[in-house]
Amino acid sequence: MTAAWTRALLPLAVIVAIAAIFVTTRPLDFLSAGVPPAEELTVERATLDGEGLHLTVRSGAWEPLSIAQVQVDGAYWEFTLTPDAPLGRLATARLDIPYPWTAGEPHVVTVVTSTGTTFEHTIAVAAATPSRSPADFAVFAVVGLMVGVVPVATGMLFFPLLRQVSRRGLDFVLALTIGLLAFLLIDTLEEGMEAAARAPAGLQAGLAVWLAAGGTFLALMWIGRRGGRRPEGRALAFYIALGIGLHNLGEGLVIGASFAIGETALASFLIVGFMLHNVTEGVGISAPLVGERPGWPLFAGLAAVAGLPAVAGTWAGVFAFAPHWAVLCFGIGAGAILQVIVEVGAFIGRRAAAAGDGWITGSGLAGFGAGLAVMYGTALLI
Amino acid sequence: MGLIERLLSRRRFLGAGLAVSGGAGALLLARSEAAAQAGHGHDAPAAPAAPHPHSGGNRTKGAVDAARNGFDPHSMLTDWDTGKVSELPDGRRLREFEIVAIDREIEIAPGIFFPAWTYNGRVPGPALRATEGDVVRIRFFNGGAHPHTLHFHGIHSARMDGIPGAGEAFPGEEFIYEFTAQPFGCHLYHCHSFPLRRHLHKGLYGAFVIDPDPERHPEHREAARSRLLGTPENAAWQELVMVMNGFDTNFDEENEVYAVNSIAFAYHDKPIHIARERPVRIYLVNLTEFDPINSFHLHANFFDYFDHGTTLTPTLKTVDTVMQCQAQRGILEFTFKDHEPGSYMFHAHQTEFAELGWMSRFEVA
Repeated sequence: MTAAWTRALLPLAVIVAIAAIFVTTRPLDFLSAGVPPAEELTVERATLDGEGLHLTVRSGAWEPLSIAQVQVDGAYWEFTLTPDAPLGRLATARLDIPYPWTAGEPHVVTVVTSTGTTFEHTIAVAAATPSRSPADFAVFAVVGLMVGVVPVATGMLFFPLLRQVSRRGLDFVLALTIGLLAFLLIDTLEEGMEAAARAPAGLQAGLAVWLAAGGTFLALMWIGRRGGRRPEGRALAFYIALGIGLHNLGEGLVIGASFAIGETALASFLIVGFMLHNVTEGVGISAPLVGERPGWPLFAGLAAVAGLPAVAGTWAGVFAFAPHWAVLCFGIGAGAILQVIVEVGAFIGRRAAAAGDGWITGSGLAGFGAGLAVMYGTALLI
Repeated sequence: MGLIERLLSRRRFLGAGLAVSGGAGALLLARSEAAAQAGHGHDAPAAPAAPHPHSGGNRTKGAVDAARNGFDPHSMLTDWDTGKVSELPDGRRLREFEIVAIDREIEIAPGIFFPAWTYNGRVPGPALRATEGDVVRIRFFNGGAHPHTLHFHGIHSARMDGIPGAGEAFPGEEFIYEFTAQPFGCHLYHCHSFPLRRHLHKGLYGAFVIDPDPERHPEHREAARSRLLGTPENAAWQELVMVMNGFDTNFDEENEVYAVNSIAFAYHDKPIHIARERPVRIYLVNLTEFDPINSFHLHANFFDYFDHGTTLTPTLKTVDTVMQCQAQRGILEFTFKDHEPGSYMFHAHQTEFAELGWMSRFEVA
């Protein structure tokens, strides 16, 4: 045992030693002699209030980065920098700029570093950032409930109808659920990639989406199938609710963040759009419950699991948005959705095998197509 | 009710109308309306806490270290380089100058460093001053990493033009330029090696003033004497040399910093002191790259302008704004004699340039 342990030590020691020699002697420095350091700066969050503009910035540079001056709309402007010191790799700082911004109009903030390199950030539509008052928390809780819980619970009202459909009818609904989930999977990954593009390159955020998705998928598959079980009925409904809940967490983040940066000019329309879009999720969660006799507390619980994360997401998006947290949320959400796609698919397969059908049926294909079509159609509203 | 009151009350009425709504959905609506109204609502950013006086917030933070730069924009206004003066066997006056091209980093706005190419370690280079008819001899040594020249705007022979093939000094080499100072006026010199734009915007330029010889201009003897450095008439004037320039710090062919004599907001943060009773003469040279024109606007006053400085009567009388294309220059004359003491702005009237650093003040006392 001890011997095996020391065998792992040797290669580690060798690589550490080589790295140490390289870092201390810096044999390749002549390649970059006289060349200014490559600088990278990302604006993670911008808020606007009566005091002006407030930016949270993160350096992606290897060498310390010094913020020298700030321009707003092509004019140098006074500002305070906290902490007032060069930024190390991946370190953040806050810029407070007492600029008299104009509501409803765009503003461009340009950060000039000591080397004269410039980094631009556009505030698309200037609007006061929501404050952290109880009233604003309540408003955004309403937003989250409207986007998450309300449509899911409404979709569950289709349950009595689902119980009356034929076996093929239920095949259709289950396949529709897969269509819906496939749409959400693609949507979640795309959102994750978009968020990754806004995160500092040094964080490898794009990679993090895939890693979080893969890790979550494997973990949930393992949990769901422990002891040789195959999730069906209530368990399957729970996993679908969980996957959708994680997706709605990310959706809430995006909606909240767009409120925070004033991009949500037509907020009310957007929320109605998301509401219609998410009704199908309630149908999907109820479908595996058709063979059971669920009570309303179960439905309430599932609606909470699937819908409440949207409230948390909206709050986080409005009050503390940072792109790399959104990246993680979307990655985890994508993994959870993939797990339920696999499990619902397996469930459909078992039903088909029991009925002597092939794995693909006409009603199944129609349901899958209908799921995608409904999601795409309602996505046009948002 | 006056016009202002009526307009104000109308706006209040509209604001009240927006708030009239009810029910749960109105909560959201009210929130977004509040955001839309933020420009004149309680969140209005109209008056952020006490901006710096005179700047309204438009300024750079901190101060440029003049000692580290090795040049101070305030002393640059008046530190003429008149050369080493001697008499030639034929009786003519000889002025000898020494200029060295040096690559060095300069601080052009607080905390912003620019990898400049300089004459004598400063941007703009030394303000050379001679008198009409002097023999000017400049020993130019190239201590930089690229070929450079001194190309004077003046009258001289092809051999002394300071272009590739005629007076270009390679790194470590020197060249001696010699010509007669003419015509009198407000001129400039710059490097004419190629690529031209790079050699200019990196900082290789300076002012070159030739004073008129009063003996040659009997019809305007008084005006000529007031221009001639060293005369009592000239000493009555407050003379300032200002080179309008800019710096493209991220090399995207647009300037991030504009200034007079290189340092953004230098004469705004610390105004130029002017004695009210003495007239002011400015030798203004435009060496801004990338932008075709620059301008000079004086607040609360008007000036006479002598384009290129090659005349002793104004080419523009009683103006408060003048524009110059690249390499254009001229002389401004004005007085604050009848003004009350105070702070008088002058700046480019391209507001873009002004807000990026070409903003200045005279403190008149």
